[in-house]
Amino acid sequence: MSPPAEREAAIVVRGVTKSFGDVRALGGVDLDVPRGTVLGLLGPNGAGKTTLVRILTTLLTPDAGTATVVGYDVVGDAAALRHRIGLAGQYAAVDENLTGLENLTMVGRLYGAPRAAAKRRGAELLERFDLTDAGGRVTSTYSGGMRRRLDLAAALVAKPTVVFLDEPTTGLDPRSRLALWETIEALVSEGTTVLLTTQYLDEADRLADSITVIDHGQVIASGTSDELKDRVGGERVEVVLEDPGDAERAAAALGQMAAEAPSAADGVVSAPVRTRRGVIAEAVGLLSAEGIGMDDINLRRPTLDDVFLSLTGHAAEEPTETEEEEPR
Amino acid sequence: MRRLVTDTAIIAERNLIRLPRKPELLIAFTVQPIMFVLLFRFVFGGAINTGGTAYVDYLIPGIIVQNIAFGGFVTAIGLNEDVHKGLIDRFRSLPMARPAVLAGRTVADIVTNFLSACVLVITGVIIGFAFNAPVLHIVGGFALLLLIGYAFSWVFALVGLVATTPESANSIGFLAIFPLTFISSAFVPPATMPPVLRAFADVNPFTIFVDAMRALWIGTPPRGYVWGAVVWALVILAVFAPLAVARYRSAAGAG
Repeated sequence: MSPPAEREAAIVVRGVTKSFGDVRALGGVDLDVPRGTVLGLLGPNGAGKTTLVRILTTLLTPDAGTATVVGYDVVGDAAALRHRIGLAGQYAAVDENLTGLENLTMVGRLYGAPRAAAKRRGAELLERFDLTDAGGRVTSTYSGGMRRRLDLAAALVAKPTVVFLDEPTTGLDPRSRLALWETIEALVSEGTTVLLTTQYLDEADRLADSITVIDHGQVIASGTSDELKDRVGGERVEVVLEDPGDAERAAAALGQMAAEAPSAADGVVSAPVRTRRGVIAEAVGLLSAEGIGMDDINLRRPTLDDVFLSLTGHAAEEPTETEEEEPR
Repeated sequence: MRRLVTDTAIIAERNLIRLPRKPELLIAFTVQPIMFVLLFRFVFGGAINTGGTAYVDYLIPGIIVQNIAFGGFVTAIGLNEDVHKGLIDRFRSLPMARPAVLAGRTVADIVTNFLSACVLVITGVIIGFAFNAPVLHIVGGFALLLLIGYAFSWVFALVGLVATTPESANSIGFLAIFPLTFISSAFVPPATMPPVLRAFADVNPFTIFVDAMRALWIGTPPRGYVWGAVVWALVILAVFAPLAVARYRSAAGAG
């Protein structure tokens, strides 16, 4: 239990596997998260995200492989590690029959703080999460967004070095989501290392310094958002046709300038290009020469959606209402 | 060890401050047993021959043991909810003593069990129950009762962690324990039962618990029942507490 070296990576995962009966939830995952950065763990339902978070937060033991968080082995040093991590889960894990302040005070005391100190810290967090007015109310009266904020506050009670957020905004309305993003950004600016799982591409895009995409328990890509987008082939020209029936002819015309074969769907033709310069004019020229009418034309960077589609061969599903992530 | 005591106290406090906020739980502790007492005393009681002992004196120690055995229900259902709402995950990610979540629950049960036992005794006294024993024995009876209740709280803790839903936690507990309490000396003398049931009733720990309570409260011959009851309660505790804690450690349940 020697104190870990300061400059070490916050999270190091090597060859971690985990099965539940016949279901292989993780099939040999490697991961490195430098201190003070945000890693977005991106994947559809059942990809193994929650299993990995549960292993890193000492809730599950891996079948094989090793994982350390700030230098502590998640199995061998589990007890010491628990002092240094905070977890905010997919479910807002707050006691509905306690008030917001009672919840935070309880968590603080379970981290070992005396009652008065735990209460002070709780009040401080309520203030910071804009829950001071609601702090004396039983949390069963809270809205979904308020509960998530309280859950996040509970994860921060002990000023952890690493915070794990398992789908922190799943099920929230857009406004609460945005508010929670801002809170997470503030947290990160204070130097906390964050591992965030999400199935929302825009969330990973906005919050994460680097992104690891997992699917079926395997890491299928990792890098910054830009690196991942570059992998899919950079920019593309998108043309919305006047007459969707022209799609094939338009694709053929644009094929003369495209880096790869253009694709067409729903009256939109999309052509990957190597450079930005003059491509719109060129595309308009090619299509006009064929007498193909256009409603709209633009140049766009691939989104993480495109990345996901090209990496996994299927779209990142929209989360369903009844979250049943994977065997727990 | 100090951590275990502090953390257990914190969790017990958590479970107790929510009690007055969930009045329906308090009603379950009090109204339902009162109803049972009245049913047995006035509906069935007239048809049950308990020899020289008045039925109300025979009934109260029996029904109070049945009631205390079910006091742990609150633990089963509460733990099951904690599992499903992710609270157990939070607790397990905290640097707290591992058995504290369960110990805190079961300790809180002692308080609610004591309250419901008092309500039953008061009801009993109102309808004619009379203690016939020295004060020390009466107090000892309460202590034994709470020990029995505590042991069963651990049985229910395990049920709460294993069950997939609060409803199934409810029915597992009910199906397993309810018949046990009836095939015992709790409500009728086992001598009136068919031989097979009678043989079972004679060795049923509930018979031993109930007879020990009668020995302590209405002065029926002790015949070693009191120590037998203490040993049974400790055995149940020694078996189920480690099982429940092991279950909690490994991963909190399905779902």
